[in-house]
Amino acid sequence: MVNWPLEILKAFALAALMFTFLAIVAAMFGVLLERKIGGWIQSRLGPKHIGPQGLLQTLADTIKLLQKEHITPRAVDAAIFNTAPLIVAVAGLMSWIVIPFGTLGQRVLVVRDLNIGLVFFAGMASMTVIGILAGGWSSNNKYSLLGGLRSASQMVSYELPLGLALVAVAMEAGTLSTVGIVQAQGGWLGSLAFRQFPAFVIFLVAATAEVNRLPFDLPEAESELVAGYFSEYTGMRFALFQLGEYAEMFAMAAMATTLFLGGWKGPFLPPLVWFLIKMYAVVFLFMWVRWTYPRYRLDQLLNLSWKVLLPAGLIWILITGYRITF
Amino acid sequence: MVLVDWLYVGVFAVVGTAMAALSLGIVWALAPRSDYPQKRTTYESGVVPFGQAWAQFNVRYYLFSLVFVIFAVEVIYLYPWAIVFRQLGRYAFFSMTIFLVILFLGLVYAWRKGALEWS
Repeated sequence: MVNWPLEILKAFALAALMFTFLAIVAAMFGVLLERKIGGWIQSRLGPKHIGPQGLLQTLADTIKLLQKEHITPRAVDAAIFNTAPLIVAVAGLMSWIVIPFGTLGQRVLVVRDLNIGLVFFAGMASMTVIGILAGGWSSNNKYSLLGGLRSASQMVSYELPLGLALVAVAMEAGTLSTVGIVQAQGGWLGSLAFRQFPAFVIFLVAATAEVNRLPFDLPEAESELVAGYFSEYTGMRFALFQLGEYAEMFAMAAMATTLFLGGWKGPFLPPLVWFLIKMYAVVFLFMWVRWTYPRYRLDQLLNLSWKVLLPAGLIWILITGYRITF
Repeated sequence: MVLVDWLYVGVFAVVGTAMAALSLGIVWALAPRSDYPQKRTTYESGVVPFGQAWAQFNVRYYLFSLVFVIFAVEVIYLYPWAIVFRQLGRYAFFSMTIFLVILFLGLVYAWRKGALEWS
């Protein structure tokens, strides 16, 4: 029998814990890491004045943002305008439900091992687009509208290759549960990054596009669209968009770790440490790419998805199916 | 227990919304408020906004979302097959090959018709 009151209490505690974790580790620390790595790659210092080596910079920024007035321009559709940042932040949080962090004795550290984990993850990843489109449209600003539309067309285009990469992994592992997929991979050479290398590449490219990062960041292209869909957002609402975006990026890195790099598995060190090392390695890759490559044009971006990644994903699924069947 | 799983999903949605709204509540309590007409105008690179943004825009965006809907449905059909095709053997593999080939032809058709060209 299920002890419902206890389960509800546990769910509330875990949700609050996860939200705090994301706000601190993904958003605050993530932004700091981004700026530090960006500084390092461009031979600058990055933030360094607040706290030792600038460690408290984003904390100071958050406190500042908490004191900023919310400006709601007259022309906006207020209800949608106010809801959009919440949708993006919550979608970023929800993807973390299915991500296994490691093991503790016999227990797996995962909020909930859903039996349709991969589909759930893909669904939550595409929830973000609703928030972005709502924010872009309701702002009644030409930059925001263009940013929102570009983002929508980009995210739906790259959702397909992402989904195909997930299907290839599910075929290999024979399950959609994220814990099951980690358990199906053994050791370093047994991790799916080798057997499913094309799917791994497709996943990484599509994930970069899905979280709107360079070289696929034209939805918020600063030099042409000001800030894209969040041009009109001030203070904490802007911060919620950022939180959602960074939570999503870390979720993509965690998912790449889970599906392709063997999740929490590794020698000597505790499972949780291995998971974090691998996740931060993928996060570092995302940031490295961001500070290295120039931005794509919209037609080039859509061509890459529809004419390269999508056919490649379909063919790779057939190859995987052939190899496993025969 | 499937029901417990979805309880967690529901609670996460509620708590996430509540905590995000809480941060907005803190702003409401802390932030100063002042209002004058120019402050609440729409940003348009410093000039007075020209008309509304809710106007016509490029139909290409719709075309891409239409093609997307077709392929998204296809990917959903692939998931159940991906789980059980080991047990079903060659028959399932060939059936899915036919399905994928038909969809591939659809992609080629959209491509040749120019639905995937931006300009």
